Amino acid sequence: MPTLAHYLLVSGGLFSIGLAGVLLRRNILIIFMGLELMLNAANLSLVAFSRFHPGHDGLPGYNAQVLVFFIITVAAAEVAVGLAIIVALFRAKQTTHVEDLDTLKF
Amino acid sequence: MQLALFWLFSIFTLLFGLGVVFFRSPVSSAMSLVMSFVGLASLFVTLDAFFIGVVQVLVYAGAVMVLFLFIIMLLDLRTEERRPVKLAAWAGGGIVIGGFIAALLRVVVSLPDAWQTKPVLANPGLNDVAQVGFALFRNFNLPFQIIGVLLLVATIGVVVLSRRELK
Repeated sequence: MPTLAHYLLVSGGLFSIGLAGVLLRRNILIIFMGLELMLNAANLSLVAFSRFHPGHDGLPGYNAQVLVFFIITVAAAEVAVGLAIIVALFRAKQTTHVEDLDTLKF
Repeated sequence: MQLALFWLFSIFTLLFGLGVVFFRSPVSSAMSLVMSFVGLASLFVTLDAFFIGVVQVLVYAGAVMVLFLFIIMLLDLRTEERRPVKLAAWAGGGIVIGGFIAALLRVVVSLPDAWQTKPVLANPGLNDVAQVGFALFRNFNLPFQIIGVLLLVATIGVVVLSRRELK
């Protein structure tokens, strides 16, 4: 039977992969996908904790699942706004490569 | 059996997650991310969170990734040209990720009940969607409505942002 540690390690691995995408890739769209992976890794650990720590009534913690639902909703809004910003940026600069986007560089 | 399914789904999820980072073409990365989300949804199902699993497939693998692919096609991105890799940047990234994994391992090992198996539920056949709905509309009614306002604001913001003449 898989234990809580299994799920937490998979969640941590997924988070690290997302972090690697954000840190190592230079395409702004891939960086954005890495952010999505990190959000989903957090969701996995929330659901794992809700299943492995049932309440006094012997049911999983549904508050955690509602929190995951809210995270998914906010992430959907975030993706929409972020992609609109990327499209506006592409229109202005004709690139999605972060090293070419250095207008704010000091 | 459960353990085998767990490993199947988690290796599926992690491999396609690695694909997101290592594919050169943005379209391959996006498709890989879709498969990773499907694997994650099956992991949610192994945790008896059927509602979250279905929402994951519908919202993430469906709506969000269609939006991503749509934007990639719209921008007409080719495979990235290879640029000289900055060794310092990769080394720094590697150190940060390695440090994160080390810290995570320490926390998981020190967690007192990390190696317990799944507790038996009081009522295994319970309707999971109804329970989430009760929690959502009874305990979290105000946040639910605020989320609705957030979605409206995001929609308006996107329309304003993507108008052609941005002044």
